[in-house]
Amino acid sequence: MKRKEFIGKTVTAGILPVLMNGFSLQAIADSPLIGYLSKAGNEDRVLVLIQLNGGNDGLNTVIPLDQYSNLMAARSNIALAESKVLPLAGTQKTGLHPAMPHMRNLYDAGAVSIIQSVGYPNQDFSHFRSTDIWLTASDSNKYEDTGWMGRYLDTQYPNYPTGYPSATFPDPPAIQIGALISPALQGLEMSFGMSITDPTNFYNFVNGTVDSAPNTPMGHELTFIRLVAQQTQQYSGTIKAAADKANNLSSLYPTKGVNTLADQLKIVARLVAGGLKTKVYMVSLGGFDTHSSQVANTGGTETGVHAVLLGKISEAVNAFQDDLKLLKVNDRVLGMTFSEFGRRIMSNDSLGTDHGAAAPMFVFGTKVNGGIYGNNPVIPSNPSSGDNVAMQYDFRSIYATILKDWFGLSNQDMAGVLYSTFPSLPFINSNATGLVQTEIAGANILTNYPNPAKEQTTIQFTTFGGMVQISLLDLNGKLISALAQGEYGRGKHEISVDTNFLKNGVYLYQLSTEQGTVVNKLIIER
Amino acid sequence: MAKTNRRDFLSLSGNHELPQDTNPYKDPSNKYLPRHLQKTSTGIGLYQGTWGNDQILHLLRRTLFGVKKSDLDFFKNKTLSESIDILLTLPTNPPLPPLNHYSYNLALPDPNVPIGSTWINAPQSPTLNGPRIQSLKYWWAGLLLNQDRSIREKMTLFWHHHFATECFTVQESRFSYKHHALLRSMCLGNFKELVKQITMDPAMLIYLNGDKNTKTAPDENYARELQELFTVGKDLPNHYTEEDVKQVAKILTGWRINRTTISSLFDLTKHDTSNKTFSAFYNNTVITGRTNTNAGIDELNDLLTMIFAQQEVAKYICRKLYRYFVYYVIDESVETNVIAPLATVFINNNYEIKPVIETLLKSEHFFDILNFACMIKPPLDHLVGLARQTNISFPSESNVQQSYGHWQTIQQYAIVLSQDLGDPPNVAGWPAYYEDPQFYELWINSDSLPKRNSVCDLLVYYGFTRNGYKLIIDCIAFANQFTSPENPNLLLDQILLVLYPMPISATTKTFMKNSFLLSGQASDYYWTDAWNAYIADTNNVANKAAVNTRLQALLKYVLGQAEYQLC
Repeated sequence: MKRKEFIGKTVTAGILPVLMNGFSLQAIADSPLIGYLSKAGNEDRVLVLIQLNGGNDGLNTVIPLDQYSNLMAARSNIALAESKVLPLAGTQKTGLHPAMPHMRNLYDAGAVSIIQSVGYPNQDFSHFRSTDIWLTASDSNKYEDTGWMGRYLDTQYPNYPTGYPSATFPDPPAIQIGALISPALQGLEMSFGMSITDPTNFYNFVNGTVDSAPNTPMGHELTFIRLVAQQTQQYSGTIKAAADKANNLSSLYPTKGVNTLADQLKIVARLVAGGLKTKVYMVSLGGFDTHSSQVANTGGTETGVHAVLLGKISEAVNAFQDDLKLLKVNDRVLGMTFSEFGRRIMSNDSLGTDHGAAAPMFVFGTKVNGGIYGNNPVIPSNPSSGDNVAMQYDFRSIYATILKDWFGLSNQDMAGVLYSTFPSLPFINSNATGLVQTEIAGANILTNYPNPAKEQTTIQFTTFGGMVQISLLDLNGKLISALAQGEYGRGKHEISVDTNFLKNGVYLYQLSTEQGTVVNKLIIER
Repeated sequence: MAKTNRRDFLSLSGNHELPQDTNPYKDPSNKYLPRHLQKTSTGIGLYQGTWGNDQILHLLRRTLFGVKKSDLDFFKNKTLSESIDILLTLPTNPPLPPLNHYSYNLALPDPNVPIGSTWINAPQSPTLNGPRIQSLKYWWAGLLLNQDRSIREKMTLFWHHHFATECFTVQESRFSYKHHALLRSMCLGNFKELVKQITMDPAMLIYLNGDKNTKTAPDENYARELQELFTVGKDLPNHYTEEDVKQVAKILTGWRINRTTISSLFDLTKHDTSNKTFSAFYNNTVITGRTNTNAGIDELNDLLTMIFAQQEVAKYICRKLYRYFVYYVIDESVETNVIAPLATVFINNNYEIKPVIETLLKSEHFFDILNFACMIKPPLDHLVGLARQTNISFPSESNVQQSYGHWQTIQQYAIVLSQDLGDPPNVAGWPAYYEDPQFYELWINSDSLPKRNSVCDLLVYYGFTRNGYKLIIDCIAFANQFTSPENPNLLLDQILLVLYPMPISATTKTFMKNSFLLSGQASDYYWTDAWNAYIADTNNVANKAAVNTRLQALLKYVLGQAEYQLC
C-alpha cells in the first residue's frame, strides 16, 4: 500500500473514538428480472423501512378524537389535551400528536397514508419475539429463518450472493443504516444487507494467500468473514461513487447528531439521488419502550420523551421528502414506519404504558394515495388494564400491497414471499386508469348499477370469502373514500353507495380480496 | 431470543433440507444453523486427552480477554485441573472503585470528591452524573485490560449481558456502580440468590420500572423480563402465560429506591396484598398476599421458589453459558449430552454457578477439536485481546488522567464496534448471543469489519495519542519476547500461536514470511541479518526502522485476516 493511501484511511481510524453517533450502511444489489420489472415499470423503485424500536404508542400518535372521552378516562395522566391535537384535512374524527406538524402538513398535501390498527392475530407481547414476527412476516406461532425483505430480494437476485456483484448488477441489493443488519434482510443463503457508516470513506482489505476453510464450525465462520470482506470491498466502490455523485439539497435537515433518524435518511436520499440501484434501505429510531415517563411531569402531556421521538420522525420525514423532491427522485421512493407493537390502552401510574397490540403505520411519499385507511380504534368506556387496541389490518396486508403495487410482484410471487396471500389496500397510487379489470379467474366479479349513476349506485361483487376492501379512487388512482371493509362470506354481495358527494365525472372503484384486486369504472352524470 | 432454542427443537425433526454443498462460497452464511458440518457427540465427561499448547490456549481464549505470551508460559506446566482451579479462584477483594477523573476538566468541578478519589458514595449532581457514568465505563475497560488470570472479567460481562441494564437509561452512576459490583461479587456465586438481589437492585428497579410498579397500576416490565430473559425463558413451546406476567407484576409491587442512601426499600402501602394465582405452567400455584412489612421479601421468596422449581431455569441458563463459552449451535447432541447434564449439575448444586462452569470447562466437549476457534470475537475480546496479546503499554494507574483517558480509548472503540460496556442495546443484551440464525456473525458486517481492521492498523502504525501519551503496539518488543526472533520461521510460528486460534498452512506461512519479513527476497538471512544488525546497535535509527517496518507490515496483515476475528 502507498503511504499516502494509508494516511487517508487512518485519519478516519484516528478519530473513531469520537464518532459515537456514526452510522453504518448495510448494502443489498439489483435485479436480474429486469425484463419483468421493466414491464411493470418498477425497476428503479426504492423502499425505505423506518423501524421504531420499542413499541410505539399508537393512541398518542394518531388520536381517535371520536373516542376522546373514553381515551381520556383510560389514560388521563398521559392523554393529549384535545385542543392540542393537530387536526387532519378532511376529517374531524382523527388527529395527530402536536409534535408532528410537518407530518400533518405532508398528510394534508396527500403525501401520507395512515393505516389504522395494524397488527397480527394472537399478539405476542415480547419485544424480541414480536420484532421477529414483523421482520420475518411469520404467523405469531411460526418461526422463520428469513426476513420478508430478504425473501423479496431472493426473487430479484437468484442465487445471491453467488455471482454478485456483476456488470449488470453492480450495486448492493439493500443498505441498512445502522451497525447491525436487520433480520428483515436475511435471505435464503445470506443477508442481503450491507452496513456502512460513512458512504464516502471505505477501508481497503488486503489479501494474499488464503488457506481453504475446513468443513467445521471454524471453517464456517472463517468463510463468512472472508465473504463479508470481499463484498465490502466490491460494493464500497459503487456506494462511494453514488455518494460522490450527489449532494443533499434540502435545508430542512437538522444539524448532524441532533436527530439520528434525519441523519440516516439524509444518507439514503444522497445514495438514491446518486443513482444507486439499491432497492431497500433500512433505518431505525429507538426509545419507544415507554413504560414510564413517556410524557413529561410538568409542561403538559404534549411534551416529554414520546413527543421528542415523534417530533424527530416528523422533522426527519419532512426534510427527507423535501430533499427527494429537490433531487428529483421523489417519485421513486416510498417510506414506511413500523414498530413491534403498540401500547396498552390504559396508562401506568408512572406516566407510561405497557406493551400492547395493534397500532397505526405511516406510509409516505409522492406516490401514496394519502388518507386514513381503516376506522379509529374503539376505546372501551370502562377499560381494564389488559385491554388492547384490536387489529384491523394484518401487517402482511401492508407488506403485500408494497410487494405488488410498489415492487410489481405477481400475486404468486407475493404469496411466495409472505407464505400466503393477503388482501392489499389501495394506499399506493398505481395510476389505476389502465388497470380496469373486472374479473380474476372467476374469483371476483365487480359491477355496479345504475352506471352512469346520479344520487346512488349499487356495487355488486362476488368473493370466495374472507377479508374484503372496496375503495373509491379518482382517475389517478388516488383514494377518495373507503366504501366497504370486512369479512364477507363466499358468494355474491351488494353494497349501496350514496354518490351525492361526487361531481360529474369518471371514477374508479376497486375490490381487494385475498385472490387479488379488481377495478371497474363508475360514471356520475346528472 | 426465546425463539432460538424452541426453533432448534422444532427443526431437529429434520424438517429442513440441509445444504449438501460445502463449497464455502456457496454456503457462506447461516441459512440454517450449520448443523451439516462435522459435529461432535462429546459430553461433559472429564477431558483426558492431549494437554498441550492448543488446549491451554483454547481454554484461556475463552475465559480471558486475549492471551499474552506470558499467560501461556504461566500455564504451560500446569495440568488441566490446576489451570481450572487458578481460573476459578477469584481475588478475595473487589477492585478499587472508580475515581474522579473528570475534574481535570475545569468545567466539571466536584465539590465533594477530589480528583483521584471515588465518587461512588458521594452526593449526586445532574452535571456530574454523566461524567461519573463515563468514569465507571473507563474504569471497567481498565479492569478488562488489567485482568488477572481468573475468569472474573468474563463472568462479570456474562452477567451484564444476562441481566442487561443501560447506564444511560438508569441515569444514576452510583446505582449502576452498585449493580456492577453486585454482578462482579456474585459472578461465580449462587444464581437464585443473584436473581433475588437483582430483583431488589436499585439500577434494575429503575431500568425496568420496578420502582414505579404499584398496586393501582401494576407495571409488567420487570415481571415479563424476569421470566422471559432472566430465568425460565421462552424456549419451551409451553411456557408462562400473559396472566402469569400480570401476577408476577403484582407480587413485585411496592419496591422503591432511595437516592440518598443509594439503596432500595419496600413500601407496603404501594403493595398489592391480594393472593396471586398462577397458570398450569406453574402448577396453579397460589402465592399468598402478605400485609406485613416483610411482604415484599416474603412474596419474592415464594415467587423464586415457584420459578426455580421449573427445571427449565437450569437448562435455559446453561444454554446461555454454552453460547457464551463454546458455540452457538445447540443441536440434539449438545442438548442431550451437554445442556441437560449441566443443568442437572446446576440443580444438584442448588444453583451454584461455579460447579457448572467447572464441569463445562473440564469437559471433553469443551476440548473437542470441533469447538476450537469457532467463536467470532465480540468487540471487547477483539480490542482488549489485541492490547493484551501485543503487550500494549498503558499509562501508570497513578496518573488518573492518563490511565482513564486511555481506558476510554478502548471503551469507545468498542462502542464503534457495537459493544458499549454498560450500555447494551436493550434488556436482552447483545443479539450476537441470541439472534438466530446469525448469532456471532452479527458482529461482522461491512461496517464493523473495516473498523476492526482500522483500529489494528492505527495501533500498529501510528498509535493513539491522548494527554501526551501514545498508545501503540511496540512491534519490536513484541517480537523480542519470543525465542530466536532472528529466525523468521520460528518468529512467525510464535507470533501466529499468540494471534491466531488455528494452525496455518506452510504455504500461507511462506507467503507471510516472504512478503513481509523478507520483503520479497528468497533467503531467510535477509531477516536474520536485519534483526542481528538491530540488536547489535539498538540506537541505530536505520537498523531499527528496517525491522520495525517489516514487523508492522506483517502485523497489519496478520491482524487484518479473517483468522484473527476468531477465538
